[in-house]
Amino acid sequence: MKTAFHLDDATVVAYAGGSLSNCLSVVAASHVAMCDHCRAKVRRAEAVGAVLLETCEVQQMKPDALSSVFERIDGSDWVQPKTRSDASDDPDPSLPLPVSRLLDCRLDDVRWKTAGPGVGIHVIEKNDDGSSLYMLKVRPGHKLPDHGHAGQEMTLILRGAYRDVIGRFAPGDVADLDEHIEHQPVIEDGEDCICLIATEAPARFKGLVPRLLQPIVGI
Amino acid sequence: MMRKGANAELAEDLVQDAMIAVWNKAGMFSPGKGSVTTWIYTIARNLRIDRLRREGSRYFTDIDEYEEASDDPASDDVVIGKQQDLAVTEALDVLPDDQRAVIVMAFMDDMTQSEIAEKLDVPLGTVKSRMRLAYRKMGSVLEDLR
Repeated sequence: MKTAFHLDDATVVAYAGGSLSNCLSVVAASHVAMCDHCRAKVRRAEAVGAVLLETCEVQQMKPDALSSVFERIDGSDWVQPKTRSDASDDPDPSLPLPVSRLLDCRLDDVRWKTAGPGVGIHVIEKNDDGSSLYMLKVRPGHKLPDHGHAGQEMTLILRGAYRDVIGRFAPGDVADLDEHIEHQPVIEDGEDCICLIATEAPARFKGLVPRLLQPIVGI
Repeated sequence: MMRKGANAELAEDLVQDAMIAVWNKAGMFSPGKGSVTTWIYTIARNLRIDRLRREGSRYFTDIDEYEEASDDPASDDVVIGKQQDLAVTEALDVLPDDQRAVIVMAFMDDMTQSEIAEKLDVPLGTVKSRMRLAYRKMGSVLEDLR
């Protein structure tokens, strides 16, 4: 898929190195699943990780390590990792696998909680450190409240499109924003815009009403 | 593994797991996708995340499955493994020290960008821009091999 907006290179490094938080990793992985360009970039970053691995100081393993490995290979304690075909759930084929795996239903059947006029929210994960992963469904023509961020915020468009100061975001595009960006997405006419969003910290809304609603809505 | 916060016993366990995974998955290795070292790196990284984090690393394996199904010929298919490793090694060698340091901390010490910023006592934005600069230099070397 050709997408117009990609992951920040610093995010690619953190993701490939395995140090990006879980919530952000899910959005990064979902974009990577939809974007050939970023998939190639992640592969290149992994090649860097591999070379660094080779520069590590060598550690002595236990003397019986190798024989123990062979015993385990001969034995039966190795469980083959699950493959897509035997995953227990029934992933929505219209969604990238890292997202569909986290939903227990199709995108059309998600139960949205009202988060204000024209806005539905489905919280997937909310952590004690303030990070969260959720989906928003916003009505066509709707303007989201003007907001900034206390940390990184990553938004992947799954359906529909929106515009903000940065440009037009369509399915597959990711807005990988840091705390310096403030924006007010406006949903395009035609269809609902559904996005997957990961934040390191709750958004900072400018208006009083969204700020008051924030604790109730849960983002 | 030990640099990334695993204790000696867990590290030993993870290395054994990685060796077994490499043995069992050897048939799935595709030279067109990169070097053997890169492949082993991704296996070890995923096992470590599985063990140390509650959520596991399903998102990485999900992508692997997706890529198997992709008919896009534009990935790094023609890069020959050894040549790739050599190019990255050379690119790493000539990186300025400050850029190399953030890359090493991100890949080898499992440090988040915020943790790196704290350790180096620089703003988060500086860490990110060093990472971008370093990645672009190394990424362009790899891209040139295509």
